[in-house]
Amino acid sequence: MSILINKDTRVITQGMTGKVGQFHTQQCKAYANGANCFVAGVNPKKAGEQFEGIPVYASVRDAKEATGATVSVIYVPPSGAAAAIDEAVEAELDLVICITEGIPVHDMIRTRYRMQGKKTLLIGPNCPGLITPDEIKIGIMPGHIHKKGRIGVVSRSGTLTYEAVGQLTALGYGQSSCVGIGGDPINGLKHIDVMRMFNDDPDTDAVIMVGEIGGSDEEECARWIRDNMQKPVVGFIAGITAPEGKRMGHAGAIISGGQGGAEDKLAVMEECGIHITRNPAEMGRTMQKILKG
Amino acid sequence: MKIHEYQGKEILRQFDVPTPRGIACFSVEEAVAAAQQLGGAVWVVKAQIHAGGRGKGGGVKVAKSLDEVRSFAQQILGMQLVTHQTGPEGQKVRRLLIEQGAAIAREFYVGMVVDRAAQRVALLASSEGGMEIEEVARHNPEKIHTVRIDPVAGLGDDDAARVAHDIGIPDVASAEAVKVLQGLYRSFVEKDAMLAEINPLVLTADDRVIALDAKFNFDSNALYRHPELVELRDLDEEDPAEIEASKFDLSYISLDGDIGCLVNGAGLAMATMDIIKLYGGSPANFLDVGGGATTEKVTEAFKLMLKNPHLKAILVNIFGGIMKCDVIAEGVVAAAREVQLNVPLVVRLEGTNVELGKKILAESGLPIISGNDMADAAQKVVAAAKG
Repeated sequence: MSILINKDTRVITQGMTGKVGQFHTQQCKAYANGANCFVAGVNPKKAGEQFEGIPVYASVRDAKEATGATVSVIYVPPSGAAAAIDEAVEAELDLVICITEGIPVHDMIRTRYRMQGKKTLLIGPNCPGLITPDEIKIGIMPGHIHKKGRIGVVSRSGTLTYEAVGQLTALGYGQSSCVGIGGDPINGLKHIDVMRMFNDDPDTDAVIMVGEIGGSDEEECARWIRDNMQKPVVGFIAGITAPEGKRMGHAGAIISGGQGGAEDKLAVMEECGIHITRNPAEMGRTMQKILKG
Repeated sequence: MKIHEYQGKEILRQFDVPTPRGIACFSVEEAVAAAQQLGGAVWVVKAQIHAGGRGKGGGVKVAKSLDEVRSFAQQILGMQLVTHQTGPEGQKVRRLLIEQGAAIAREFYVGMVVDRAAQRVALLASSEGGMEIEEVARHNPEKIHTVRIDPVAGLGDDDAARVAHDIGIPDVASAEAVKVLQGLYRSFVEKDAMLAEINPLVLTADDRVIALDAKFNFDSNALYRHPELVELRDLDEEDPAEIEASKFDLSYISLDGDIGCLVNGAGLAMATMDIIKLYGGSPANFLDVGGGATTEKVTEAFKLMLKNPHLKAILVNIFGGIMKCDVIAEGVVAAAREVQLNVPLVVRLEGTNVELGKKILAESGLPIISGNDMADAAQKVVAAAKG
C-alpha cells in the first residue's frame, strides 16, 4: 500500500514532447514499474506519433479513452499550464500532478474555481511530484535516494524533501510515499489532505512534514493532527531567518503582515504534539528517536 | 514587481477610480511648474519611493504657496528617506508627485490580496484609514471587513455597497464607493496584481470618494503578458545585487550577515540559512541557483556573493537530483578559479554522482573545505567565518 499512486497507476504525460517533458518522462519510465505506468502523452500537433514507445494523443480525453489512464503529470510551460490542468479535470482524471513552475496566480485562482465539485485531485503546481518507492515515480525527484518502507513524507519544497528522504534512507528508514505539494500560494492538495491519507494508509507508520514560511496551511494541518492523527509526526519549517516582506524564491514563501512566520508555525505545531526540530539536518534522527522510543 | 504611487494612480484612473489631479516630477523646477499648472491654493508634495510609511519619514508635505512647494521639493528630492520599510540606510528620493490638495472629511482603508486559504481574491476594508492594515489586524481585527470574491461573477454591487456601508461611508457616497471598489477589483485582476491598496481612500467634504494613495505589487510570473507594466519598473528602487541576479535567472536576496549561501531549491536555501544561524553564524544572502544550474550560473552566483564587502565565508549546499553533483563540482571549481576566491569555501554535495563530485573538488587543488552533511558543513562554515 501507499497513498495516491502505486505500481498499477497508469499515467498520461501532458507536455511530454517538450525538452523538460522528454527528459523526465525517460527518467520516470526507467524507474521501477515506470515502463508499464507511463502509457500516453498529449500534444494536439503530434497525435499519432510516439516518444520512447509511448503513443501521443491529441487530447487528455483521447489518451484516457485509449489507455484507461487515470492520472496525468504536467510539464507544459507556465502560460499554458493552467489550461492543461483544466483539460485533465474536464476529462475526469482522478489525479493531476502539475510540475510547472511560474504559473500566474490569477490563472490558478480561476482553475481552482473550475475544479470545485469535480472529482479530480491536484498536486502542485510548482512541485517535484510524488513517488511510491520501488513502484512508481511521477515527477522530477531523483529516484535512487528513495527506499521502500513505512515513513510518509509531505513537503512544500523540492530539494528540502530530498534532504528529508536522504536522511531517512541513510538511517535505514524507507518511505511509503513522498509527496511534494509545491511552493505556490494557490495550489491543490495541502499538508492536511496528504496527512489524512497517510493516517488512513495501513502501510505508513509515521510522517515527516516539511513546511516553510507563508500562509497558514501548516497550522491548519497541525490542529487536525492534534485531533485526529494516530501516528507520530516529525515537523520542520524552513525560513526561521527569512525577513518579513521578502519573497524567498517560492511565490508562496513570504511573511506578510506578521503572518506566516516560521516561529509561529513551529509553536502551533509543537502545541499540537508534532515532534518539531529547528535543525534541518535532524529530521531523520528526530524520527529515529521516536520510532526507537 | 512594485511601482510608484503616481503610476498606481494612473492605473486606477484607467479603471474609473477617481484620484486627485497630480503630476510626476524629477526636479524642483518641474515641481513648481506642476503646481502652477494644477492651480489652486494647496498642494501636496509627495516623495515617490516604493517603500511605505513615507509620511512619517518626512517624505510628504502640504504646501500652501508656490514658495512652499519649491522649498519642500528641495528638501525631499535627493533625501535619504528612512521609513520602517526601507531599512536604516533609507531610500534616495528621485521622483516627486505634486498633487492638488483635497478637503478630507474622513479616511478609510481598502485593499485587495490573494487569500490562499479561500483560493480567491479578498477585498479588505476598514474604517481606520491611514493606518497600516497589519496594525489594525493586530489590535482591532473586528474593524476589518472582508469579502472573498467569486472569480466569475466578480465583485457584485451588493457586496461592494455592504462593505462601503460597514466601514462607514455615508449612503450619499455609496454609489461612488461601489464604483471605486469595483474598479480596484478589475484593475487587480486584469493587471495580475498580488497586492493592491488604497490607503487612505477618502471621503471629501463634498461627498466624493477618491484614492489619495495607490500601492500595487504585481505577480512577476504574469509580467510576460503585461509589457505595459514592465515599462514601469524602476531599477533605482531595487537592490543592485538582486537585479544582477535576475539577469542570470538566479533567485537572490541580500541579508545582513557574513556567510554567503549558494543552494539549489528555495526550501533548502531557506533551511541552509536557518542552520547557519542555529550554529551561531549569520547568512549574507538567500541564493537559489535553481534546478538547471550551469557552470556559468554558478560562476555568476559566486561573483554576486563576493561583491558583498562583509562576506567572510561561503557555503555551497547542493542536493543533486536531476542536477548532477559532478556538474556542480565542475562549476564550483571553474567559478572559484575565475573569481579568485579570497574567503574560505565550504562545499556540501549530496545526491546523484556525489562521489564523482567530491573527487573533482578534492583533485582541484583548491582549498575547498568539504562538508559531510548539512550539519557538518554549517558548523565548518561558521567556524571559518569566525576565522
